[in-house]
Amino acid sequence: MDARVKPLARVNDFVVKFANVNGSGSASANGLFARAILRMGVPVAARNIFPSNIQGLPTWYEVRVVEAGWRGRRGGVDLMVAMNPQTWDKDVAEIESGGYLFYDSTKPLPPAKFREDVTALGVPLTAICNATYSDARQRQLFKNIVYLGALSALLDIDPAEIERLFSEQYRGKEALLDSNRRALHLGRDYALANFACPLGLSIARRDAVGDRIFIDGNDAAALGAVYGGATVAAWYPITPSSSLAESFAKWCRKFRGDRESGHNRHAIVQAEDELASIGMVIGAAWNGARAFTATSGPGISLMQEFLGLAYFAEIPAVLFDVQRGSPSTGMPTRTQQADLLLCAYASHGDTKHVLLLPEDPRECFEFGALAFDLADRLQTPVFVMLDLDIGMQDWLVPPLAWDDARRMDRGKVMTAADLDAGRDFGRYLDVDGDGIPYRTYPGTHAARGSYFTRGTTKDRYARYTEEGPAYVDNMQRLLRKFETAKRLVPKPFVERAAEPTTAGVIWFGSTGAAMAESLVELAREDIHLDRMRIRAFPFDDSIPEFVAAHEHVFVVEQNRDAQLKMLLVNECGIDPAKLTSVLHYDGTPITARFITREIGEKARLYNVTPLRSRKTGGRAA
Amino acid sequence: MTYLAKPKIHHPALPKNALGYTRRDYEGAISTLCAGCGHDSISAAIIQAFYELDVAPHRVAKLSGIGCSSKTPTYFLGNSHGFNSVHGRMPSVLTGAALANRDLIYLGVSGDGDSASIGLGQFAHVLRRGVNMVYVVENNGVYGLTKGQFSATADKGSKSKRGATNNDEPIDLVLLALALGATFVARGFSGDKAQLVPLLKAAVAHRGAAFIDVVSPCVAFNNHPGSTKSYDYVREHNEAVNRLDFMPERAPIAVDYPDGSVRDVVMHDGGLVRLHKIDAAYDPSDKVSAMAYLESHRARGEVVTGLLYVDPDSRDMHAALSTVDKPLNALGDADLVPGSAALAAVNAAFR
Repeated sequence: MDARVKPLARVNDFVVKFANVNGSGSASANGLFARAILRMGVPVAARNIFPSNIQGLPTWYEVRVVEAGWRGRRGGVDLMVAMNPQTWDKDVAEIESGGYLFYDSTKPLPPAKFREDVTALGVPLTAICNATYSDARQRQLFKNIVYLGALSALLDIDPAEIERLFSEQYRGKEALLDSNRRALHLGRDYALANFACPLGLSIARRDAVGDRIFIDGNDAAALGAVYGGATVAAWYPITPSSSLAESFAKWCRKFRGDRESGHNRHAIVQAEDELASIGMVIGAAWNGARAFTATSGPGISLMQEFLGLAYFAEIPAVLFDVQRGSPSTGMPTRTQQADLLLCAYASHGDTKHVLLLPEDPRECFEFGALAFDLADRLQTPVFVMLDLDIGMQDWLVPPLAWDDARRMDRGKVMTAADLDAGRDFGRYLDVDGDGIPYRTYPGTHAARGSYFTRGTTKDRYARYTEEGPAYVDNMQRLLRKFETAKRLVPKPFVERAAEPTTAGVIWFGSTGAAMAESLVELAREDIHLDRMRIRAFPFDDSIPEFVAAHEHVFVVEQNRDAQLKMLLVNECGIDPAKLTSVLHYDGTPITARFITREIGEKARLYNVTPLRSRKTGGRAA
Repeated sequence: MTYLAKPKIHHPALPKNALGYTRRDYEGAISTLCAGCGHDSISAAIIQAFYELDVAPHRVAKLSGIGCSSKTPTYFLGNSHGFNSVHGRMPSVLTGAALANRDLIYLGVSGDGDSASIGLGQFAHVLRRGVNMVYVVENNGVYGLTKGQFSATADKGSKSKRGATNNDEPIDLVLLALALGATFVARGFSGDKAQLVPLLKAAVAHRGAAFIDVVSPCVAFNNHPGSTKSYDYVREHNEAVNRLDFMPERAPIAVDYPDGSVRDVVMHDGGLVRLHKIDAAYDPSDKVSAMAYLESHRARGEVVTGLLYVDPDSRDMHAALSTVDKPLNALGDADLVPGSAALAAVNAAFR
């Protein structure tokens, strides 16, 4: 080691990255690593970085230990756990100067494979496992637990926390519990005997996690669908959304079995494709069940025709779009926010759809349930726009909450009693002036309330017509309905900067994780921004007002074409010159470092300085 | 067919079924199809079948795709909810509807373009899922609404009205339905109502995927010499394997087996299908021989009609999914929402 480089010394604020081979069983050990730190009261932001592959290709797990609680990636690596020879060179190059390299030292490596400014920590993992286990599978799997044990000593992670996690995981499987515990201590004992533990990087017990939970957005959204009363799910497997549908099945097994009959209060169909998935959702919703599908961009592309039908025939449908790198197959295991326009204007003809934009798994749960109320109330498709970063990564979020007084809002449904009472039923009749008509479920009444659903034009009583005025009347009512939607969807979050400023920033979704941290960094550079997080489309009137109230507004999003900016310009009539895009679309989640650098550079160009600095002729920007 | 409005007043002496409905209560709007269209005869058979089955019209949901055939649900069961969906995708919409409410009767109406061309995938999967429905294809071998292009069921070598020859192999939806696991497979002819009405009634009584291919000549584009789907061709080459009667459970059933030519099949609802075999060798419970029989007659240019296959012990999609008896669309908050206490336990598991 180069004596001029001081090894990094940080407590509760560093990045550990595990470089693994896909399918080697490392995911479980890596997850235990993150959760053990959380159990010590120290927040982490963890991300799987994985290829489109089942076995053999490289995969990484990055754990940012961050007592300050930031949820985004930091960038850079302080400790690399290099378990994959294929990516060794790249992994070693990624380590920050003064950082650490943990590796399997069973086979000696030439000095050229190491860096002078990085502390190398070799543990003969393969040799330890080969000496302890005879079974080839055990030798491989326990290697992961042995490195976990060694890391617990090196980073001062309380082994009791890991053992508690083992006992929760292997409750009733004592043999597995014992063998895992044994492997853990093999690694731990080796590290304690051979290195000065802990390293400069270490975990110190804190109380900074509180009652927060560690959950991924697909799991939380699926639970939201259960709480939202969804009974029918139709889906087609596609990364990164598949685990949402599978998670719905898991929650239904837990919550939706009928105790007396043993039968299910739900139906889940793995359809033959995305066209059939959305067709089933539309059929079920037409017939009065709450139904959803989960998909990603390519699936939304395939659903276009049906989405136009659902919009025009006014059928509630809930779609979870877990966005990935596109277009085409693009980067199926990488994240993006690039389906915004695809969903907002999905299908041929004049269509507009309701989008909900959750920022983390907690909002996935909240919006996952809310989407069903909105779809029924508005009788239209509602999209919940996750992305891979929210959907497939565990995030540390406040606990999920539910108000037991809440009831499903089934919207305007006319019952047999209403029809018997002589209420006038016109399927597309705007009785209340909000653009939302009444509907009936099939089979409601022997003589009244039936109607024919079609994608072709109809009059207010659902009678077939090709008359222009009837078409225009209907399309105008759909616009009125969209205005109503504006009042019902979640409002944006707005916050003023600590200092008065003429500049603002707008973002949505998973960008929030990095945004919160970046705003603090920018403030340190004396760049103060009022902030607005958009949570839904159609846009609330406060959004153009926010833009109007500022000289410059940065729009931060994770796609190439500035889709949120386009939507803002298009829908709110905003002068595009007022909006400056900050775009990140390489498939990795946006970082605070990136935002701070981009906004920092652009803000200097625009001379965005606090008003007080201008008055006092303060520091030059 | 005609633009004269139907009178709304019923003759007081019109016969009523067991529920008190007259045949008129099962009718729909006036057809806008061409005069003589086979599809109108099928609509008439549907009206008669549901009237005779004593089904309350509003307990039927009728769904279709796009095309001439898919327009017909407007022309029958006017008090039923209808859904004219998108081209070739009726099966998925019907599947979803059936998932939401298992208590209604689902009638899917499609055409050869809708089911054999654009919708072949959905046709296949709705049958293999065992969706409890009656799926009728009104099969005329051409696209009517777009004026006479071939569909995927048009026979190889057949000529269009404009003189073009079809070079592609035809898809036989009946053979396909058998291969895909439909548990009730029949073929009828729009010009043979005496055979079609009992087929429809038996299909409604069947639990599971019931498929009926109805050859239905297109008078505008496919009723000319050289067409194998013309009235004349089908009448001359129709090879009926059986005739059947459908007797609902409550009708007295006189059991007699005079010879090997009659066979009774008990349906799920207790109703009885009595097959009068015309070809004594034909066995509708043997799928393998049914397929061989169909192929050998097809090679001779014969159109085999009748009840071709039935599995009286079939299970439907709801049985496979083990759903509760109460329709899913009737479940409320108490049935569906686990509540805050359950959520607290979920939260604890994620720490």
